[in-house]
Amino acid sequence: MGIDIRLPIGLMFSIFGIILTLYGLITRNDISVYSRSFGINVNLWSGMTMLIFGGIMLVFVFRARKVKSK
Amino acid sequence: MNTAFLLSWIDYLIMVIYFLFVLGIGWALKRYMKDANAFLEAGRSMPAWVAGLAFISTNLGALEVMGMTGSGAKYGLLTAHFYWVGAIPAMVFLALFMMPFYYGSKARSVPEYLKLRYDEKTRGLNAVLFALMTILASGISMYALAILMEKVLGWNFHLSLLLSATIVLAYTYLGGLSSAIYNEVLQFFIIVIGLLPLVFLSLKDLGGWTGMQEHLAQVASAKGFAPDAWTTTWKYTGSAKSNPMGVEWYGIFVGLGFVLSFGYWCTNFLIVQRAMSAHSASAARKTPLIGAIPKMFIPFLIIVPGIAAFALMNIPGKGFNLPVNEAGQPIYDYTIIMLLKQYLPAGVLGLGITALLASFMSGMAGNVSAFNTVWTYDIYQSYIRPVTGNKEADDHHYLNVGRMATIFGVLVSIAAAYLASMFGNIMDFLQTIFSMINAPLFAVIFLGMFWKRTTGHAAFTGLLAGFMIALLHHGLTYPAGADTLVKGGWIFKGFEYPVEMAQNFWTAIFAFGTSTLVTVFLSLLTNQKKSDNELKGLVYSLTPRYKETGLIWYKRTITLALIALFLVTILTILFW
Repeated sequence: MGIDIRLPIGLMFSIFGIILTLYGLITRNDISVYSRSFGINVNLWSGMTMLIFGGIMLVFVFRARKVKSK
Repeated sequence: MNTAFLLSWIDYLIMVIYFLFVLGIGWALKRYMKDANAFLEAGRSMPAWVAGLAFISTNLGALEVMGMTGSGAKYGLLTAHFYWVGAIPAMVFLALFMMPFYYGSKARSVPEYLKLRYDEKTRGLNAVLFALMTILASGISMYALAILMEKVLGWNFHLSLLLSATIVLAYTYLGGLSSAIYNEVLQFFIIVIGLLPLVFLSLKDLGGWTGMQEHLAQVASAKGFAPDAWTTTWKYTGSAKSNPMGVEWYGIFVGLGFVLSFGYWCTNFLIVQRAMSAHSASAARKTPLIGAIPKMFIPFLIIVPGIAAFALMNIPGKGFNLPVNEAGQPIYDYTIIMLLKQYLPAGVLGLGITALLASFMSGMAGNVSAFNTVWTYDIYQSYIRPVTGNKEADDHHYLNVGRMATIFGVLVSIAAAYLASMFGNIMDFLQTIFSMINAPLFAVIFLGMFWKRTTGHAAFTGLLAGFMIALLHHGLTYPAGADTLVKGGWIFKGFEYPVEMAQNFWTAIFAFGTSTLVTVFLSLLTNQKKSDNELKGLVYSLTPRYKETGLIWYKRTITLALIALFLVTILTILFW
């Protein structure tokens, strides 16, 4: 079947990553949000992890496309 | 106790984006669905890594995630036996020894393999039981999810049930097995990434792994166990009384490690179907192995938070509690969601809830896509409308039947979910009954693959006999403290097992033993109707050895298998 699943995975996690990173940055001084997680900004950490993961997936997709077009 | 809590807009936003992607994948695959082969078998085109991740993702359903976290709290790290001894060896065996026959025989399903190897009646029996079992299982997990969402998130029961079923229906209807598989890969990553913060935060709260061990030592001692009973696997399995699971090492080894696990991983079409969708025989063999490597680390993702929850429950100042049922017992299935509520702030909380939804969907889509294949090929095509010979018309016809079966399967699942909400006990009972067909099935398939003398009549009788013995054993024995007949002893309260787990293991062992004996005995008495030529590709001794040529040593299946076995041995020793 002609789809590369890494593309939707990469896109979705990049979007999640952007949303959570931004949300983490906006709420970084809001103690009430992070009291549950002992002051750790989990949104920021989790968001950045997903950005990296999504980015790696997208790099794979573009490399595969390059090889194909050659 | 009010367990409901509110989600914020960002949590819903993440959920909605996830839904859009899941549906989008189904939509993108729609144009490839030209015939039944594309729809029901994914055109046998999947790369090994995709099939491999789907292979474990479909097993990582909502009931698995909720149940394993709950078992982590109840039994501690002994729950990892379901992975390290109860899954990996069977997956390696499937890959090395069984996959060549499933894939090479060109059978489109496990029941069809039985038809090719044995006869029509063996296939029919297996197909009907399997179809019923999968639909029931998907209904029960749908019910479990909807009730969880109602109790904890305050969502409307009917709405969450229908919404989740509709989304699964939409993407499996659009893209068939390919859509189920691709989505399972996506869902696998969400489950892992969505639950990781929970593992981290729950351990952090207890002072890391060693901190958790210290807390658990007091609790375990108070309950009369060794201080490290909750964080070891084999150490206290010398006698059933000294470990929280209540089983001895040989019960675990034979019951779980051999009969239950091989019965599940090597014969359950839901699982095997993922490997059969691979693009080549080599990829099909690698599928279970690629799945095995992440599989052995899943305990850290879902069992460890459960163990942490057990420690937290026993530290008064933490304010962590599980909801209790009418009898005052904690409901362990709620462990994961209560942990999500305890630790995750808005944002990652939505991601965690999405992970739970994803696990539900991967499990249900697996059930639906296995059901529609067995229904279309093994029931409809075999008994209702055989192939006419007009290829184009047939392709079109069976594609439509497959699609209708998808809708039908989801509708029956919804009905089963409502039945479960009304007659929970009956559904539990049915599920227990159906779980009894795997052990005899493994006996019959195993003998069929490795002993060419095994005959159709013998296999059919062996299957039935194993099933009957399992029923009988369940009817005559019961776990200690059983309050309903659903748990056993409904014929006569003959023998008491210390825990339900032990009863399950022994039911499977008896079923497997009986099935093997009956099949071997009757095979010797009846004539083999199939010629050696017909059995070529189906039986080990009559099939030319499959050789992987032209591959560097590290790309060979055997290398991967050894790596998996090596890693699981290390884990077992580390957490002995």
